[in-house]
Amino acid sequence: MKKILIPVGILLVLGILIYSKAVGTYNQFVQLEEGINGEWAEVQTQYQRRVDLIPNLVNTVKGYADFEQETLTGVVEARSKATSVQIDPTNLTPEKLAEFQQAQDQLSGALSRLLVTVEKYPDLKANQNFLELQAQLEGTENRIAVARRNFNESIKGYNATLRVFPNNLFAGWYGFAAKGYFEAAAGAENAPKVEF
Amino acid sequence: MAQDFPPAPNPPRLVNDFTGTLSAEEVAQLEKKLLAYSDSTSTQVSIVLLGSVGPYDIADYAFQLGEQWGIGGKGKDNGILILGAMEDRKIFIATGRGMEGAIPDALAKRIVTDMILPNFKMEAYYQGLDQATDMIFKLASGEYTADEVMSEESPVLGILFVLFFILIFIVLPIIKNRKDNNNHMGGRGGGIDFWTTLFLANLLGGGGRGSSGGGSFGDFSSGGGSFGGFGGGSFGGGGAGGSW
Repeated sequence: MKKILIPVGILLVLGILIYSKAVGTYNQFVQLEEGINGEWAEVQTQYQRRVDLIPNLVNTVKGYADFEQETLTGVVEARSKATSVQIDPTNLTPEKLAEFQQAQDQLSGALSRLLVTVEKYPDLKANQNFLELQAQLEGTENRIAVARRNFNESIKGYNATLRVFPNNLFAGWYGFAAKGYFEAAAGAENAPKVEF
Repeated sequence: MAQDFPPAPNPPRLVNDFTGTLSAEEVAQLEKKLLAYSDSTSTQVSIVLLGSVGPYDIADYAFQLGEQWGIGGKGKDNGILILGAMEDRKIFIATGRGMEGAIPDALAKRIVTDMILPNFKMEAYYQGLDQATDMIFKLASGEYTADEVMSEESPVLGILFVLFFILIFIVLPIIKNRKDNNNHMGGRGGGIDFWTTLFLANLLGGGGRGSSGGGSFGDFSSGGGSFGGFGGGSFGGGGAGGSW
């Protein structure tokens, strides 16, 4: 009888240990994922802020009768496209994220074309309302950059935790999958060096 | 990536001129002024002058540098970084998350265009920074006041927890092994041996460990002659800049 008790005891202890490890790992995943959800909300907030600035910008620019309509409609269209692509944080797959990023990049492109065109209109450039909007737009772009970087860093931590052994086994059981990154803007390579 | 950013100054300083743009006397004067403000309000305003930010957007570089050094108090994020890239002829005032209300981007922009740029154009770097920090102090006054540094969570609980586990998984089995050595398995033992226990205990300990909190260094409320260190503040993208 006693001979059976010892292996049973060992198995029991092993079982408890594996169980605790499994629970600990699960909780770790959940915490990381919640962190990502928070970062994602921040990213979306900042992009939303940019979208909200656009009607004002368009109205200000519209006041200048001869302003090129083509550029304006480009911005309006890109804006409605960008608002139509929304991602639920539970569905942050690489494909979805690429789609989101593409829509937002299109809006960035349309906006920068608009700002370049404005250079041709000295009155508009000096307009106080426009200057204010431009400063807000710059600030929003800065916040988007920070939010995106923080998001990418959370994703990096999450993906790295998910893929190491034995977490990858647990991740498979629980159905946690790797998530997508924001891609860096093109042309960031072969740039000058930092000097302190 | 990491080598693109200078390490936080040690001993900690609020004014860091890597370029030799300011004279030693000017640096000391600014340091004294910023330190006094940090001591009385806990808001940390830091000035960094470096050569070039290279491929970075100066705004982006400022946020990352501020975040890495942790300018401002942890949780309050009441730090401000004035970053000048002297060779690029660019400057940026980055406001910590907690300062965005006191100094919104539009006001930061005005400080840059009205106070810093005209002076910098005439190479009056000290005057530009002096006036800009005066204005920042005025805007930021009342937003935060000095407070006691909250005591960190005591580590005693964690130590007790570890001791408890050692007792349960290591000490008790050893004692038990010593006692009932008269089993019928031949040789001593019969329970789980020491190393297996240690290994399993490690495995158990390895799970569930969340992120370790970034400890803040230094007790910056202590005042006195020198700056106690940055507190771990965070930057969310507030601020404005310009070039001269």
